[in-house]
Amino acid sequence: MSTAGAPRLSRRIGEGAFLTFCWVATGIAILALAAILWSLLSQGIAGLDLDIFTKSTPAPGSEGGLLNAILGSLMMCVVAMVGAVFIGVLAGTWLSEYARDSHYGKVVRFLNDVLLSAPSILVGLFVYTILVAPLKGFSGLAGSVALALLAAPVITRTTEDVLRLQPVALREASVALGAPVWRTILAVIWKSAQGGMLTGALLAFARISGETAPLLFTALNNQFLSLDMTKPTANLPVVIFNFALSAYDDWRRLAWAGALLIAATVLTVTVVARILAREPRRS
Amino acid sequence: MYRKLIVGLAACLALSACGQKTEGKGGSTAPAGAQISGAGATFPAPLYAKWAEVQKADTGVALNYQAIGSGGGIKQIKAKTVAFGASDKPLKPDELAAEGLAQFPTVIGGVVPIVNLPGLQPSQLKLTGPVLADIFLGKVTKWNDPAIIALNAGVKLPNLPITVVHRADGSGTSFLFTSYLTAVAPQWASVGASDAVKWPTGQGGKGNDGVSGYVKQTPGAIGYVEYAFAKQNGLPHASLQNAAGQFVDPTADAFAAAASGADWSATPGFYLLLINQPGAGAWPITGATFILMHKQQADPATGKAVLGFFDRAYATGDAAASELAYVPLPATLKAQVRASWSAIVGPDGKPVYAPAAQ
Amino acid sequence: MTAAADVPSPAAASPPRSAFGAAFDKGFEILCFAAATFLLAALGGIVVSLAIGGWPAFQAFGLNFFVSAEWDPVQEIYGAAGAVTGTLVTAALALLFALPLSFGIAIFLVELCPPVLRRPIGTAVELLAGIPSIVYGMWGLFVFAPWFAKYIQMPIMMSAQPGSLWEKITAGVPNGAGILSASIILAIMILPFIAATLRELLLSIPAQVRESAYGLGSTTFEVVRKVSIPYVRTGAIGAVMLGLGRALGETMAVTFIIGNSHGFPTSIFASGSTIASTIANEFAEATEQLHSASLIALGLVLFVITFAVLALARLLIGRQANL
Repeated sequence: MSTAGAPRLSRRIGEGAFLTFCWVATGIAILALAAILWSLLSQGIAGLDLDIFTKSTPAPGSEGGLLNAILGSLMMCVVAMVGAVFIGVLAGTWLSEYARDSHYGKVVRFLNDVLLSAPSILVGLFVYTILVAPLKGFSGLAGSVALALLAAPVITRTTEDVLRLQPVALREASVALGAPVWRTILAVIWKSAQGGMLTGALLAFARISGETAPLLFTALNNQFLSLDMTKPTANLPVVIFNFALSAYDDWRRLAWAGALLIAATVLTVTVVARILAREPRRS
Repeated sequence: MYRKLIVGLAACLALSACGQKTEGKGGSTAPAGAQISGAGATFPAPLYAKWAEVQKADTGVALNYQAIGSGGGIKQIKAKTVAFGASDKPLKPDELAAEGLAQFPTVIGGVVPIVNLPGLQPSQLKLTGPVLADIFLGKVTKWNDPAIIALNAGVKLPNLPITVVHRADGSGTSFLFTSYLTAVAPQWASVGASDAVKWPTGQGGKGNDGVSGYVKQTPGAIGYVEYAFAKQNGLPHASLQNAAGQFVDPTADAFAAAASGADWSATPGFYLLLINQPGAGAWPITGATFILMHKQQADPATGKAVLGFFDRAYATGDAAASELAYVPLPATLKAQVRASWSAIVGPDGKPVYAPAAQ
Repeated sequence: MTAAADVPSPAAASPPRSAFGAAFDKGFEILCFAAATFLLAALGGIVVSLAIGGWPAFQAFGLNFFVSAEWDPVQEIYGAAGAVTGTLVTAALALLFALPLSFGIAIFLVELCPPVLRRPIGTAVELLAGIPSIVYGMWGLFVFAPWFAKYIQMPIMMSAQPGSLWEKITAGVPNGAGILSASIILAIMILPFIAATLRELLLSIPAQVRESAYGLGSTTFEVVRKVSIPYVRTGAIGAVMLGLGRALGETMAVTFIIGNSHGFPTSIFASGSTIASTIANEFAEATEQLHSASLIALGLVLFVITFAVLALARLLIGRQANL
């Protein structure tokens, strides 16, 4: 690096190869997304009409939409995200601010990674064992618990990662001004790290919004519209799963439309949240 | 920031939810009082959904049936998390007795072998049970094997390797298919009959769709799917030799023929597989799907609603069944099932439901 | 850094409120501690319920459960080795594909991308994470697998000399379903998780640090290699963990495209199975107690694998970081 001036040839080749690779890598990702979205659009757009939002899931051959599934998924995801953000942000904060090098902190950090990798179907089975079987009934709330258990470790992980990156000087400055630690965390550290924390929450939401396996044994599904979360609750992923593999064209159309809807929702939430956060982007 | 995000999110969702709810009330889908939950076999789920939709409009009873698999249905009814379970694989009478369960069939379907043979007319291929077993055992590996040529005189069979495709997920479809192979081919005994077996060869697809997907993409592939799936999707099938020695195509009549020959009264709990039934027109891989309920109903109202639902379905649902490529039960069998319901009683020991005389 | 402006006003530091603040300090710490412990308890609960559920299988097969690849629901003989191999191979291949790509994407977004495109491309990559896994499965089966079979698998299989080792490695049914296709789909699925986290990490590098390196005449490659990567290495472990975790446990997409055959995979195009796909395939229909116990035991094995893989990764990267 000490040789100033024009880079040597080998360096230029290395640089060129590296830059090309970065471009190609991004190109591959965009191409994959475009291919998947194209499939979604070409198959899903046909089923996407007003009925989707105004009618419940039909039997084969009848007219219908996805209203019950959309509402059920919204209710469960919102409840799950509220719980997961609460647990995940606090746990991530604890790991970053209070337990950086403690043994217990290391154990929690490591086991959180394990929990992160838990196959969602096993989380569903666990919630079935502790909630559904003893209470003798499937419920939307049980589904929310399962989803929250999947989302919380993601949020914990990302929260800790971004909080750790905040400069020590920031904390010192706040504490030196006489602010108690909790105020420092809430008003300074969290504030400064909000972009990364938001990304974590969005990743978590993206992860749970399409999960089928944990809902199959907890929320089950519901053919009809029901806002009672103590009863089996309709949801998009299970509907998509059932309909996509069915023999009937109208069901398959709804499945693709539902999949398109989930992808569109994740996109919208991502964009809306970025605008809401209105963070000054560092470059 | 988080508060802002959550409030913002919640507001968006609540808004859209309200918007949709008010719209929904205009439609026919507003929630009504009675909700019954059932779960189990995947195979009859579209039909139960159809029956439920019709009856919801007629009687207001919302029967919510969810396809979680036959095994799941059996487990859930044992755990009493649902009002009724459903299974493609009937429980044996002693199992029923041990769990205090009643069992009855609702509708008939079957399994169809599907093939991808370039150059052949759809459904031109003829197979027998033993040859089918040899194919799925990996013993017959080429389409121009002498065993297949012998059955298909005059058909030009390609020199193409056979790719076997089976169900990867445990399924009542596999149970029927392997039960059939066990019944007609002694050499299949090494594999056995179950909803999931140790397949000697081939690839596994997830669900009927996965199997048909693999078969379509692989020239020379053979697989098996539910009759309704094959029919709705117009998949090219193979015809099979039945117990009477006839080669038959899978049609609604062929399934009905298999069901009409059976003697249901001899078996408690209607434990009967319709495999390789006698009758010149009978399709050899036929089976009914079953409902499981506790004989002792803690809440008689729920039991009454479930039985009332299926009573009505028997009476008025045959057309819907045929339309979706299921085969309705014969009338004599329906009467036998209705009579068996007197064993399902409430806490007071009285039957929870008295079917109207038909 | 905007945070300097957000530091609490001096009023917050006045003695009475500070005393209250100090009292609340303990409370807040306990709250955070409780949240962390809750996660631990959840994991503990899952493991314990799996251990109880899987116990009959361990009892029936003992050590054989781990070394045998036999999986025969009719004879009721179950062994985990085939599914374990499939899980490790697919996850490792997926990471092998996804990690360099993610790094490329993250660096592209931070260093190379025209500012106008930065946000749309970043969002596009994040959107890959928002596609339901069943869509990946269906897309993999109906769109990717036929394409893969035609343009990649067939040419490779045709090019193999009969009888060569290469022919053995590339043997398989030419319909695009198998271990390699499953790994590629998995790689696409975990890519956004790794890339998004890496990007946040790269953005957190103080601008002065990178700018001074550029000022010394470094190329982008050198800045990334000598400044950025060392700076974010610890955080990058987290990104890799996120991806690896998802790859090990991913169920629905893999189930659609891996071909689902039990036993050891024999080539890169061969069908296989993973622990998660086996559970997803068979749990709903498993009626025999030993069958469902074996599936739950498989789940426990997956936890142990995850545990081991993460521990190993931590050890390796930790050692590197100390050098």
